[in-house]
Amino acid sequence: MKRKGTTALLNTPYAVWSTIFIVVPLFIVMYYAFTDNNGAFTLENIKNLGNYTDIFTISILYSLIATLITIIIAYPFAYAMTKKSVSSQKMQMMLIMLPMWMNLLIRTYSWLNILERNGLINNFLGLFGLEPLKMIGTPGAVILGMVYNYLPYMILPIYTVLSKIDPTLLEAAEDLGCSSFQKMIRLIIPMSMPGVVSGIAMVFVPSVSTFYISQKLGDGKVMLIGDVIERQIQMNHYDVGASISLVLMVMILISMAIMNRFSDADGGVVV
Amino acid sequence: MKKKSSPLYNVILALVYIFMYAPLLVMVFFSFNESKSTSVFTGFSFKWYVELFSNSDIMEALRNTLVLAVLSSLIATVIGTIAAYGIYRTRNNFVSSSFMTVTNIPMMNPDIVTGVSLMLLFVFVGRLIGANTSLNFFTLLIAHITFNIPYVILNVLPKLRQTDVRLYEAALDLGCTPRQAFFNVMMPAINPGIVSGLLMSFTLSLDDFVISYYTSSGFQTLPIKIFSMTKRIVKPDMYALSSIIFVTILLLLITINILQMKGEAKPAKK
Repeated sequence: MKRKGTTALLNTPYAVWSTIFIVVPLFIVMYYAFTDNNGAFTLENIKNLGNYTDIFTISILYSLIATLITIIIAYPFAYAMTKKSVSSQKMQMMLIMLPMWMNLLIRTYSWLNILERNGLINNFLGLFGLEPLKMIGTPGAVILGMVYNYLPYMILPIYTVLSKIDPTLLEAAEDLGCSSFQKMIRLIIPMSMPGVVSGIAMVFVPSVSTFYISQKLGDGKVMLIGDVIERQIQMNHYDVGASISLVLMVMILISMAIMNRFSDADGGVVV
Repeated sequence: MKKKSSPLYNVILALVYIFMYAPLLVMVFFSFNESKSTSVFTGFSFKWYVELFSNSDIMEALRNTLVLAVLSSLIATVIGTIAAYGIYRTRNNFVSSSFMTVTNIPMMNPDIVTGVSLMLLFVFVGRLIGANTSLNFFTLLIAHITFNIPYVILNVLPKLRQTDVRLYEAALDLGCTPRQAFFNVMMPAINPGIVSGLLMSFTLSLDDFVISYYTSSGFQTLPIKIFSMTKRIVKPDMYALSSIIFVTILLLLITINILQMKGEAKPAKK
C-alpha cells in the first residue's frame, strides 16, 4: 500500500510537467491548424497545404540525398576506425564529437566563407584566371551543409555496432572459407544494419526540418519546410505555421514507426 | 597480409577529418586577420579578440547562456531523476509505457516542431490571461527544462535497471527507512547516470538555437546572438568567438578523456 503511494508521489511532478509542456502543446498545434483567426473551426489551413507540395517534395528529396551521402562517407570511415588500436579509436571518438559540440550556426557559417563569391575556392580559381563559380544558393550547397552538419550522427551509431561485432565470429567465417567480400556482404553489413537505421533517423530528421542551412547556404533561393514554418511564424501566421508543423510531425512519426518495424526484426535500434 | 590494406584505411580517415575540420580551421585562421575581410589574409593581429571582449552585448549573451544552462540542467536533473525512479518502481505496464512514449516525443520531434509547439502554448496562454508579451526568460527556461528531462531519464533509468534490487531490500531489512535506502544505497549506484544526464543537459542547453529562437524574446543567448550576427555581413569578431568556443570545447574534451583514462587506470592498479 505504502509502496504504491510513494511511487505515485514520485511520478506526479513529471506527469504534470510532461502533460503541460509536451502533450498539451501538441494539441495546441492541432488547435491552431484547425481554426481561423477568430477561433472558429476551419479546414482552410489544411486545404492550403496543397500549395506547399513542391516544398515538401524538395525537402524530402534533398534530405534523402544528404542521408545517402552521409552513409556512403560514414560507413567506410567507421569501418576504418575499428581497424585502429583501442587508444587511437578513443582519440578519434573525441575528434568526431568535437565538431558536434560546435554550434550548428557556426558549422554552417564556416562553409559560407569557403563557397561564397569572394570565398576561398573562387579566390583560388581566380589565381588561374578562371571565372568564379556560383555555389551559394544552389541545392548542392544546401545538401553539402546537411551532410557536413550531421555526418557525426551517422558515424557514431555505425561505429558503435561495428566495434561490438565479435571478432571470433569473423575468424570462424574465415576458417569456414569465407572470402573477405563474402564476410563483408553476409556478416558485417547485415550485423551493422541497426546502426545504419538509427543513423538514418538521426540525420534525416534534422535535415528535413532545417531552416538555417537553407537560409545561409541556399541564400533564400532554396526553400525547405523549415523555412516556410519560420517565415509563417515570423509573419504571425500561426495557423499556417501550425498546420505545416503538424504535417511534418505526422510524417516523421510515420517514418519512425516504419523504421522501428525494420530494426525490430534484427534486434532493436542503437541510439 | 592484413597490414596491406592499412594505407587505404588511413586515406579514408584522413579525407573525412580534412572535410570535418577544414572549414573550422579556416575560421580560426581568419579570426587573426588584420583587415575586415574573411577571405583575404592581410596580416596577423589580435584586434578582433580585443573587440570581442569589449563587446558588451556578446559578453551579456554569454552570461545569459551560462545562467540558463546551469538552471535548466539542474532543474531537469532533479525532475528527471525523480521521474526515472518513479518509472522504475511503477509496476503498471500501461503507466510506464505511456511515460516512455511521452518522453520520446521531444527526442523524435524535429526541434522546430518542439519550438513552435511550445511557443504556441505560451502565446495561447498569454492571450488567455491578456498579457501583451507572452515570451520571456521563464518561457525559455521552461522550454530548456522540457527538452532536457528526457535525456536525464534515459541516462538514469538504465543505471537503475542495472542496480541489484536486493541491495535496496537488504538495506530495508537492516533497518533503513526507504528514504535512507534510496540515498545511501541507490544513489551511489546510479550517480554516474545522473552526472552524465546533467552534463548532457548542460551542453544541449548551451548549444540550442532552434527551440530558444521560438520561445524567447528579449533574453538573448549566445546562439541567438550568433544568429543575429550572421544575418548581416560577418566581421572576423564572429570568427574570434567561434575560435574561442572551438578551443574551449577541445580543452574540455581532452580533460574528460584524461579523467576517464585515470578512472580506468585506478581499478587496474588494484
